[in-house]
Amino acid sequence: MSLPPLVEPADELTIDEVQRYSRHLIIPDVGMDGQKRLKNAKVLVVGAGGLGSPTLMYLAAAGVGTLGIIDFDVVDESNLQRQVIHGQSDIGKPKAESARETIEEINPFVKVVLHKERLDSSNALEIFADYDLILDGTDNFATRYLVNDAAVLLNKPYVWGSIFRFDGQVSVFWNEYGPNYRDLYPEPPPPGMVPSCAEGGVLGVLCATIGSVMANEAIKLITGIGDPLVGRLLIYDALEMTWRTVKIRKDPNAEPITELIDYEAFCGTIPEEAQEAARGSTITAKELKEKMDRGEDFFLVDVREKNEYEIVNIPGAVLIPKGEFLTGEAFAKLPQDKQIILHCKSGGRSAEALAAVKKAGFSDAVHVGGGILSWIETVDPSLPKY
Amino acid sequence: MNAIINGEPRQLAPDTTVADVVRSLTRAESGVAVAVNDEVVPKTDWARTVVSPDDRVDVLTAVQGG
Repeated sequence: MSLPPLVEPADELTIDEVQRYSRHLIIPDVGMDGQKRLKNAKVLVVGAGGLGSPTLMYLAAAGVGTLGIIDFDVVDESNLQRQVIHGQSDIGKPKAESARETIEEINPFVKVVLHKERLDSSNALEIFADYDLILDGTDNFATRYLVNDAAVLLNKPYVWGSIFRFDGQVSVFWNEYGPNYRDLYPEPPPPGMVPSCAEGGVLGVLCATIGSVMANEAIKLITGIGDPLVGRLLIYDALEMTWRTVKIRKDPNAEPITELIDYEAFCGTIPEEAQEAARGSTITAKELKEKMDRGEDFFLVDVREKNEYEIVNIPGAVLIPKGEFLTGEAFAKLPQDKQIILHCKSGGRSAEALAAVKKAGFSDAVHVGGGILSWIETVDPSLPKY
Repeated sequence: MNAIINGEPRQLAPDTTVADVVRSLTRAESGVAVAVNDEVVPKTDWARTVVSPDDRVDVLTAVQGG
């Protein structure tokens, strides 16, 4: 389905701009008209992370006139494996600022607008209102549903991409012409069911593959060329090296989107059961160390995955991944006569496992708040963080 | 009856619905999309969409990473 151009053309291109964009201008489908539309376009990129990096860099190079960046995070060393808009000297800097510096180096003709706040239900509509198009490359379900609903309410198109390990999915959601995200996934998976990239990992180069498709779709929408991914989901498998598309239809029976909601509650960051279990049964990493030093007899369980355990582990911890607690397999491996102490990377998964352990009758079990990251920070800073 | 479920041939009972297939693959029914012959079936239609012989059914999982 071809669609009308999203953006009206700018009045003119300067001589410098004509020189810079000459390889676009000689493509008949883009030409002066298309390049002037790019110049006039205002695109908001939500998240200057894995997907935000390539999309921002290529859209800047392509001559999108205004790029908005919304990101409240700072650059961490573990981002650099895939977030190529940031570099070594940017560690500790706000991602939005670091991204702006790179964009200015790529193309000084681009106006960059920074939004250094967390996107939420109170500011999304106001921020989105100034833009023609939104690109969603955030890292959590709550923001993804928020972006979708705000785009639907404002009747704006948005390019959606998501990645995990070796898999990517991309689509263009535009309620006026096709389905929205909720027609594909009406609700998020149960909290804790689908790991994030921080928990499950992601192949760095996957960001470039999926991000470049997102930038490609943005350019098509702005200039009105080709057949955008409206009503289609593109599915990429980097191991099999396959691309597939499936059609998505508007669900006529879907609940209409009439207002923004509480997306944290909708997506439930940590299952309620786990929060309940952790209440009053959480110890700090320091307290764990003190118990060790006192020679207390307890059974320390690391509920992360095997490859995480191999990166770094707490001395004496026995590896039993969270999944085994949810299936019940783990319980036979636990001693009945010792206190069970659970830990994971940052405290989310161990809280979930704790709920299962308590239900199975280990009433004095506890978990370590903040997980091994907190252990590294407060007990043994010589260990590597990941 | 034979159908292709996530790329693998599988024997299904007659009148198996898309909802039945999802239940056989995952304990979570949210955060999942189903495509039959490369077309997503809206969730509200899962229970009344019967899988036909040789249909290709793909159960997709939402991912959040970016």
